[in-house]
Amino acid sequence: MAHSTASSSAPAHLQHHFVDSDQQFESSKMGMWIFLVTEILFFGGLFAAYIVYRAWYPDLYVQASTQLDTFWGAVNTAVLIGSSLTVAMAIRSAQLNQIKGLIINLYITIGLAFTFMVIKYFEYVHKFEKGIFPGQYYTYEGIAHEKANIFFSIYYMMTGLHGLHVIIGIGLMIWLLVKAKKGAFSAEYYTPVEITGLYWHLVDVIWIFLFPLLYLID
Amino acid sequence: METSALKRLQVQRFKPEENPEIHYLNSERGLWSWLSTVDHKRIGLMYLASIAIFFFIGGVLALVLRTELLSPAQSFLDADVYNQVFTLHGAIMIFFFLVPSVPAALGNFILPIQLGAKDVAFPRLNLASFYIYTIGTVFTLVAIITGAVDTGWTFYTPYSTETGTNVLLMTLGIFILGFSSILTGVNFIVTIHKMRAPGMTWSKLPLNVWSLYATSIIQVLATPVLAITLLLLVMERALGIGIFDPALGGDPVLFQHFFWFYSHPAVYIMIVPGFGVISEVISTFSRKHIFGYWAIALSSLAIAFIGFLVWGHHMFTAGQSSLASMVFSFLTFLVGIPTGIKIFNWLATMYKGSIDLKAPMLYAMVFLFLFTIGGFTGIMLGALSVDIHLHDTYFVVAHFHYVMMGGMVMALLAGLHYWWPKMFGKMYSEVYARISCALIFIGFNLAFLPQFVMGAQGMPRRYFNYIDQFQPFHQLSTMGAYIMGVGFVIMFFYLLHSLVRGEKAASNPWGSRALEWQTTSPAAPHNFEHTPVVIHGPYDYHKPMSEFQLGIAHGHHGESHQPETLETVAETGTRP
Amino acid sequence: MDKVLEFLLPPAKSTIAGQVDGLFIFILAVSAVLLVGISFAIIYFSWKYKRRSEQDTTPVITHNTKLEVAWSVIPLILVMIVFGWGFTGYMNMRTVPTDAYEIRVVGKSWLWEFHYENGTVSVNELHVPANRPVNLVMSSNDVIHSFYIPDYRVKRDVLPNRYSNVWFEAMETGESVIFCTEYCGRAHSNMIATVTAHSESDFENWLATANVIDESLSPVELGKELIAKNGCNACHSVDGSRMVGPSYKGSWMAERELEDGSVVTVDANYLRESILEPNAKIGAGYDPVMPSYQGLLSDREIDAIIEYIKTID
Repeated sequence: MAHSTASSSAPAHLQHHFVDSDQQFESSKMGMWIFLVTEILFFGGLFAAYIVYRAWYPDLYVQASTQLDTFWGAVNTAVLIGSSLTVAMAIRSAQLNQIKGLIINLYITIGLAFTFMVIKYFEYVHKFEKGIFPGQYYTYEGIAHEKANIFFSIYYMMTGLHGLHVIIGIGLMIWLLVKAKKGAFSAEYYTPVEITGLYWHLVDVIWIFLFPLLYLID
Repeated sequence: METSALKRLQVQRFKPEENPEIHYLNSERGLWSWLSTVDHKRIGLMYLASIAIFFFIGGVLALVLRTELLSPAQSFLDADVYNQVFTLHGAIMIFFFLVPSVPAALGNFILPIQLGAKDVAFPRLNLASFYIYTIGTVFTLVAIITGAVDTGWTFYTPYSTETGTNVLLMTLGIFILGFSSILTGVNFIVTIHKMRAPGMTWSKLPLNVWSLYATSIIQVLATPVLAITLLLLVMERALGIGIFDPALGGDPVLFQHFFWFYSHPAVYIMIVPGFGVISEVISTFSRKHIFGYWAIALSSLAIAFIGFLVWGHHMFTAGQSSLASMVFSFLTFLVGIPTGIKIFNWLATMYKGSIDLKAPMLYAMVFLFLFTIGGFTGIMLGALSVDIHLHDTYFVVAHFHYVMMGGMVMALLAGLHYWWPKMFGKMYSEVYARISCALIFIGFNLAFLPQFVMGAQGMPRRYFNYIDQFQPFHQLSTMGAYIMGVGFVIMFFYLLHSLVRGEKAASNPWGSRALEWQTTSPAAPHNFEHTPVVIHGPYDYHKPMSEFQLGIAHGHHGESHQPETLETVAETGTRP
Repeated sequence: MDKVLEFLLPPAKSTIAGQVDGLFIFILAVSAVLLVGISFAIIYFSWKYKRRSEQDTTPVITHNTKLEVAWSVIPLILVMIVFGWGFTGYMNMRTVPTDAYEIRVVGKSWLWEFHYENGTVSVNELHVPANRPVNLVMSSNDVIHSFYIPDYRVKRDVLPNRYSNVWFEAMETGESVIFCTEYCGRAHSNMIATVTAHSESDFENWLATANVIDESLSPVELGKELIAKNGCNACHSVDGSRMVGPSYKGSWMAERELEDGSVVTVDANYLRESILEPNAKIGAGYDPVMPSYQGLLSDREIDAIIEYIKTID
């Protein structure tokens, strides 16, 4: 196919339908930004449900949030913010062509993400032991409000969906790690690192909203 | 977005080759080359085949429904089967046919060519969207085979959480399908922003691109909300989380708000792309500059944005506050204005044109007539007091069929007939095309005009038997449905005939100035053999054709092709 | 115009119907004028400006500000009139007069129950006084229904777990049909009732005697009437055809297989239990969807229904 004389000199990462690396990088970044907008709207539905029920039953939220462990929630917030920092450092390393730094920062980020999930796991288990399940399986009797099950339905949906995003993020980061070790990234080409970083910041930002909305009500 | 930096480009004229030997359809062969293709044109055709299959299934279901409704009492379907059939008809037509019809099928095929790009920004993601769509359809088909669904396409709670049928699988299928729609939207927005050919400034974008742009914005912003709503519904059934279930303390009206927050904008996903196609067709077949370019382009965006604020007009009787109803009614009328403006613009485009009544133009005119009726009846439904009477009657059924089928399907048919030569390099029989257009037009009106009357008389929708006074209307309607069916069968055969032994099409059979007609028919594997350069808009019929077939000189062929004509240096805006 | 009205709309029998119809006709008339204009323009242009040759040139008309302002502003004014008109009509529908006569409505899959102030209950037939505002306070026992009287131009969704209301004032005596317009499952289209508007004195009469059993009827005749009055025939046929529930035909003393595989004889005890606690023993292949008639039927009425069922074979 005689479609480009430039192909002989084009870098390996450049896909055939782009004119140059800049266009490819800009496109990928914009694509990820738009995808993040859809993510926000996806969570937005849950936030809307949260707001509606909170407006109807304000006292329910005050009572039910006492069942959430503020200390471990705060720890998790710190963990995620830390991971956002390391992911930013990973991008910086890639820009400076420091592949070793990139790999180390990715390892730390993955470690922090795991820590987050482990803490979350214990929080869930602790609630399950008390009988705090979502919706119709709710059996806990410590909250004197007939809609307590709905609060925890919202809690589990929000944190569960967020947790799912963290797991997807871990998967992406492992994939980056494998590629980085193979030497796929350099200062010229680090688009996947950049856009995964954007995704990870969003996961972080959503948690920063979830934490006060669910844990810090009084 | 417009860059002020102008770059001087050396351009030359590239006349498209007639009936090329190598084109995108035969550059690679075999089933696998199709299933693994990342070429937007092939993906577009695969979508086209899929939506054709679903349109056929949905259409047969519609005929089954209409046949049952011939007589007031039960005839050959029992209530359960009837309820499942109308649910499937709605869900299939909306989620599997209308939503992907113009954007994913026609849009995928034509958008990059219209921009002068080699492909969409993310070709692999594009293929992934197609497979996600396929997986979604598999889920739904499994749901149909293993137990069917009888909730109506709206899945209103609490009925959808209580009924014993396969709602879970069906909603999962549509949930998955949503991602296909989102990813296509993301892909299109980035493509339009980043992949335009040199000189293709925002003011030279074809109107079809503008309306796909508006559609993509809606897809990206609204579909996630449907996704979360359906996910909550799935959780409701699987885990009993109870957010929408009154038995567990939840609120069923909240579901309606969530559902319509997506599904009303979705209505615009199902009509705005049609506006683009109609603009292209009317300008080409009137051989005249489009009237009010910016009015048409921006009104699509206006509809997209106001469309997010009117979902409550589906719920005037559902128990929202009077204040909310007032606001939603007011905003609904505001959406009507940009829609009306478009209709007048299209008429003004025809004024003093050179009108050629070929099949695409006939469909465009049918569109104008039917869509106008759809719009006016929409005004009736937007008026609060009248809506109370008409809500959930056949009047609503007729109204949205006039908009969806009279609007979008006619636009799809106009576009299909318009771009058919570019897709397959073949022409179809103009005579049969006219016959089938006439049958569809007559059948459609016969099927749906009586539904307006019986709806206004009070016949509620989703009734499988009814009181005797409505029988004549139902009978007329069923007759119309069958006439339409005949029209579509004829279309299937003449298009098939065209594929097998149709006349070869010229590269620009309609004499259009738009960029997609300045390449070969069928299009080249990478759309253009050169990098196209645009100096005039797609509707500049007053400029000579030679100024529309430009590309960067010496850009891609090295010395092998000597330029036919060397143009003077053209000054163009650079790629933004 | 009256002929058109009669063809398009059901008779206007409530005080608000006129206002709704007026707006309907207004929109219809304006739309018709515009539609004729647009259609004429399409046809005229395609005849007048038909392509003569491939070399045709066309004038460059890109826009015309005056024209565009005109066709934006005039429709805007028109729709604002429609909006205001529709909104005032709607507010009239939502503002219940203080002296309205109140009736409780309960929607169940798939029948309507009407409870009156003196304890009278009627099923699938609503009786109201004419020329007096009536306010219906409605709720649902299961899924969402919607209460619709075309002749009165009123409609309101009936929701589980909350009350909604609708009011109207019938202008003349007579019968009209009530539909359920929110899809509610299998017998949605059989959830039909009637509203009868009486003169004030007739209504008082009806109210006083509605739940008093007509002594002149034999038990079989009474049973037949009760089956019709209570909406039983929406789900149970008398001709053997299968509907939502089992047919009455030939059911007396028949052996019926239940969902759990056991077999019962359809005797008086089974029938009585099925009326009062319908979900206790479900026939195989049927769904537990029948509402209970506990409190709606007296012992004597149940006996009459059983007597009637005995005769259907």
